[in-house]
Amino acid sequence: MQPKSYSIFGGHGSKSGIEHAAEVIFTICGFFAVLAVASISIYMLTSGTPALLKVGILDILFGSVWKPDAAVPSFGILYVILTSIVGTALAILIGVPIGVMTSVFLAEVAPQKLADIVRPAVELLAGIPSVIYGLLGILILNPVMYDLELKIFKGSPTHQFTGGANLISAVLVLALMILPTVINISETALRSVPQHFRSASLALGATKIQTIFHVVIPAAKSGIITAIVLGTGRAIGEAMAISLVSGSSVNFPLPFHSVRFLTTAIVSEMSYASGLHKQVLFTIGLVLFVFIMMINVILNSLLKKGADKNDK
Amino acid sequence: MNTNTIKISTSQLNLYYGTNHALKDVNMELYTNKITAFIGPSGCGKSTYLKTLNRMNDLIPGVKIEGEVLLDGENIYDSRVDTTLLRKKIGMVFQQPNPFPMSIYDNVAYGPRIHGIKNKSELDDIVEKSLKGAALWEEVSGRLKKSALGLSGGQQQRLCIARALAVEPEVLLMDEPTSALDPISTLKIEDLMDELKEKYTVAIVTHNMQQATRIADHTAFFLVGEVVEYAPTTELFTAPKDSRTEDYITGRFG
Amino acid sequence: MTNDLTIPVHRDSIIVNSIYNGKKRVSDSLLIILIYLCALISIFILMGIMGYVFVRGVPQINVSFLTTVPSTIKGTFGILGNIVNTLYVVAITLVIATPLGVGSAIYLNEYAKGGKVVRIIEFTTETLSGIPSIIFGLFGYVFFGTTLGLGYSILTGALTLSIMVLPLITRTTQEALKTVPESYRSGALGIGATKWYMIRTILLPSAMPGIVTGIILAIGRIVGESAALLFTAGSGYILPKSFLGKIFESGGTLTIQLYLCMQKAKYDEAFGIAVVLLVIVLAINGLAKYLSHKFNTEAKES
Repeated sequence: MQPKSYSIFGGHGSKSGIEHAAEVIFTICGFFAVLAVASISIYMLTSGTPALLKVGILDILFGSVWKPDAAVPSFGILYVILTSIVGTALAILIGVPIGVMTSVFLAEVAPQKLADIVRPAVELLAGIPSVIYGLLGILILNPVMYDLELKIFKGSPTHQFTGGANLISAVLVLALMILPTVINISETALRSVPQHFRSASLALGATKIQTIFHVVIPAAKSGIITAIVLGTGRAIGEAMAISLVSGSSVNFPLPFHSVRFLTTAIVSEMSYASGLHKQVLFTIGLVLFVFIMMINVILNSLLKKGADKNDK
Repeated sequence: MNTNTIKISTSQLNLYYGTNHALKDVNMELYTNKITAFIGPSGCGKSTYLKTLNRMNDLIPGVKIEGEVLLDGENIYDSRVDTTLLRKKIGMVFQQPNPFPMSIYDNVAYGPRIHGIKNKSELDDIVEKSLKGAALWEEVSGRLKKSALGLSGGQQQRLCIARALAVEPEVLLMDEPTSALDPISTLKIEDLMDELKEKYTVAIVTHNMQQATRIADHTAFFLVGEVVEYAPTTELFTAPKDSRTEDYITGRFG
Repeated sequence: MTNDLTIPVHRDSIIVNSIYNGKKRVSDSLLIILIYLCALISIFILMGIMGYVFVRGVPQINVSFLTTVPSTIKGTFGILGNIVNTLYVVAITLVIATPLGVGSAIYLNEYAKGGKVVRIIEFTTETLSGIPSIIFGLFGYVFFGTTLGLGYSILTGALTLSIMVLPLITRTTQEALKTVPESYRSGALGIGATKWYMIRTILLPSAMPGIVTGIILAIGRIVGESAALLFTAGSGYILPKSFLGKIFESGGTLTIQLYLCMQKAKYDEAFGIAVVLLVIVLAINGLAKYLSHKFNTEAKES
């Protein structure tokens, strides 16, 4: 007598239909990010280029006169681009050393208990909405800057008084805002340095501090660079926190000048701009997008390098 | 006749990891320009004892140490001791080769640099001397600026020895230095140790009894935190006084 | 052999390189001071921000502040409308982004065969999380607002934010899926379960705490967002007339209202809103911490 058996081929027609549908749906979800990045890129390009062609690429990118409302309007965004570059660079210059030192404190120096209190506090700092940073910038930084300005430029006939809304204020706010990013990522990098490097250094008679600065930090270099690049991205893309803190006119980026960043130009003019002016604002957005994409590519190659190193 | 000058003398040393009593009443002398081997099963305290000699155990939280370790008559657990000076005098080579992620040159020059030597030609001399001392110079002299991580495991371990020699220690502690290496590299390092003892006092932890018989002048057998027997190597292996030693070296356990 | 001569060394005899009393290194002390100083600056700034906002903001909070909308006729200023808008935006964004993000993570972790496709998706996800919110704002304004004709509306804002929080949800879900032991998968598949059945019954429940943490973090991001909403969801503050109709109307979230108050120099109101936001951020942070902690200890125990 033959035992009852069933074939291992197919059989569950409806089941495999569901299986197939599930796979297709998940695949679509997977490609959604690709779709999103592609459409954002296309839309930024198509909305940013018309003005470039109408006004002229050189006139926009290298023109230094920004008079969108004049009878004969002029749309030079050179100073805006420069402000974003200079402002971001200064913010990095201030924020990175403080951030890296704080991460050294958390990872290497602080007693475990203290580090366990400070670390969540730093994480909290990352979660605070950027408008709140802006609010504090206006009410705390700007008055201080105004006092300084009055002292430094007393009686100066050429200086345009800004009321404290200037490049320095914006840079300080940005430096503060990148702190959590820099601290978190650097700390992770420092902690992932193998313990045996520290032992080897200490066994040679190095002090703890010498070990940190000559062995641990160099070994965590790629992670710290990643932190800096991410911080750069965050600083160059920040809009709301600095839109009111940095003043409201387009100027060459000098410390006590009221300035406009790529981001703040969009925020403050989008609501009333129209026609060509609006198209130029999209061009500014495109410039910002290009900067961000460059940072992303750098970041990606850095992360890949790090991953390759770990594989060895 | 042998002349034994005491370099390090340990008396009534006890060590606790929290409540775990890891070393019990260790008394031992290490002699100048001799190789002393510590053998015993895993977890017997031989590595722990080695690390008390340059105070690397201080780095582990919850460690309590009692007793006295005299280096040239100075108690290394005295409050006046500067551990950086101590560790400069007592170098260490670890189980896993652990060169820094920098060039071969910078690895060897690391110690002298942190101890304040900045002069380039002086550093060059030290690097060459140390690499020669570790029998590595021939193999790497052409690529000193290359990353140390590109060396083979055996070369890396000899680089670590060179790195330790570069700070001109008087004592060299080696924690199972060949356990991660292939037989040929192991032989090279054993030959090297024989030369090293002319200048240094050497203490080596090994899980390999043949290695102890090949290189050590004296051998100590550790068991659950105690020194069961400490004697000239040939004596310990040919005529052990304690039955536990005999059981271990004849392979009845461990 | 046995007549070895042992020469003892006298205790504390004068020797050339003593290990006692080393010199303190000045550079070490300076660096230690520098490290402590930087840590102090970071900690002090954080405490300062929280303290300042609470001191200035808490007195502004009262029942009418939380339960009315701005009205020149009644002379009131309240944020109820903005709270409702925020809830709308959070809810709609999550409804869209959660399935997409979780699905994407499942694809990457369970279906994709590795290689180029995965690398492209992971690169774009990474890119997406690096794009600043103002760019999302511009894109949402043009694409959802103009091209799709949704104008300034809560839906436009939520769609825009969905793209923005997508990488966050994808990444946290992926992390959670990675921690599910391989043996669970082979165990389920080994007794003849189909892949989708295994995902539904074994994988998703095990990864749930991680997914929930991701969703909570996304809520934090949405609540704090402003630049991406300014040109998409607009700044309306009126209470909804109909539940579904509101979706197609303009609605400013709490952060947008805070920004508008700042612009009009109404700082007291701004601080009131800031306190509400900080409380939400604190709560979300605590909740995420609690969940991931619970998740970790459970994972360790099992």
